[in-house]
Amino acid sequence: MSSWLIALIGGVLIGLSATGLLLFNGRIAGVSGIVNGLTKRSSGVEWVWRAAFVAGLAAAGGVTVHLLHQATASPARLPVLLLAGILVGFGTSLGGGCTSGHGVCGLGRFSVRSLVAVLTFMASAIVTVLLTHHWFGSVA
Amino acid sequence: MKAVLAALSCGALFGVGLAIARMTDPTVVIGFLDVFGDFDPTLAFVLIGATMTTAVAFHFVLRRGRPIVATQFQLPATRTIDLPLILGAATFGVGWGLAGYCPGPALVGAGAGIPTALLFLPAMITGGLVHRFVAARFNGMSRSTGISESNS
Repeated sequence: MSSWLIALIGGVLIGLSATGLLLFNGRIAGVSGIVNGLTKRSSGVEWVWRAAFVAGLAAAGGVTVHLLHQATASPARLPVLLLAGILVGFGTSLGGGCTSGHGVCGLGRFSVRSLVAVLTFMASAIVTVLLTHHWFGSVA
Repeated sequence: MKAVLAALSCGALFGVGLAIARMTDPTVVIGFLDVFGDFDPTLAFVLIGATMTTAVAFHFVLRRGRPIVATQFQLPATRTIDLPLILGAATFGVGWGLAGYCPGPALVGAGAGIPTALLFLPAMITGGLVHRFVAARFNGMSRSTGISESNS
């Protein structure tokens, strides 16, 4: 099967997952928000559904990676990797969303706010790759 | 209990989708972002497939009065395009471009036992905590959203 068709199928499954979480739980499937909520003081029920979503994501996704592909690591060196993690955590908390919340769900709701967020993080990620992989050699 | 099972199943489906689509491979992600270099546009189809699905399905789901195992839909209330939204998204993009991980794929990578994902994840959680710590002290840094738990 061609790679774009596989990507499209993967995307549809992600879309169906987001639809399921809205249909059953009434919630937006934004991974950064769900993870962030785990470190907040909240009711037990609120914490448990978030933990369940995260556990299902990590376990089923992790198994699928090993079944279908060779598990690939990030090319970033350790300090860059840790800095990147902090920036992703800080930025998604400040901007109220990541690829799933603003991307998959926000765009699906035709939210202009989410569209602006998606265009902004796509642009900054593209510029980051341009700078680190071409202008400054391979810093990452 | 039903709500927990529903969330578990949806999380699992999300993870399988990410893995099938190869969003979980940071080198593929960086190749997708490398528009001015060795550009691999395949991952654009992930976003196309996902948003086409939600754009159609959300419409029908939201026509229901309430979700199946919860009392109400909880959707982001804010529509304002403000500085925290722009700064936050821009900051996130830098981290995404540096490591090739956004939050979902980082969790899947950790679940697969990939060392770089296992290191990235605690740093990411720390970043979120740092933002909330800073936001609690400076109003200007508060989260870009109308309700306390929402989008993302």
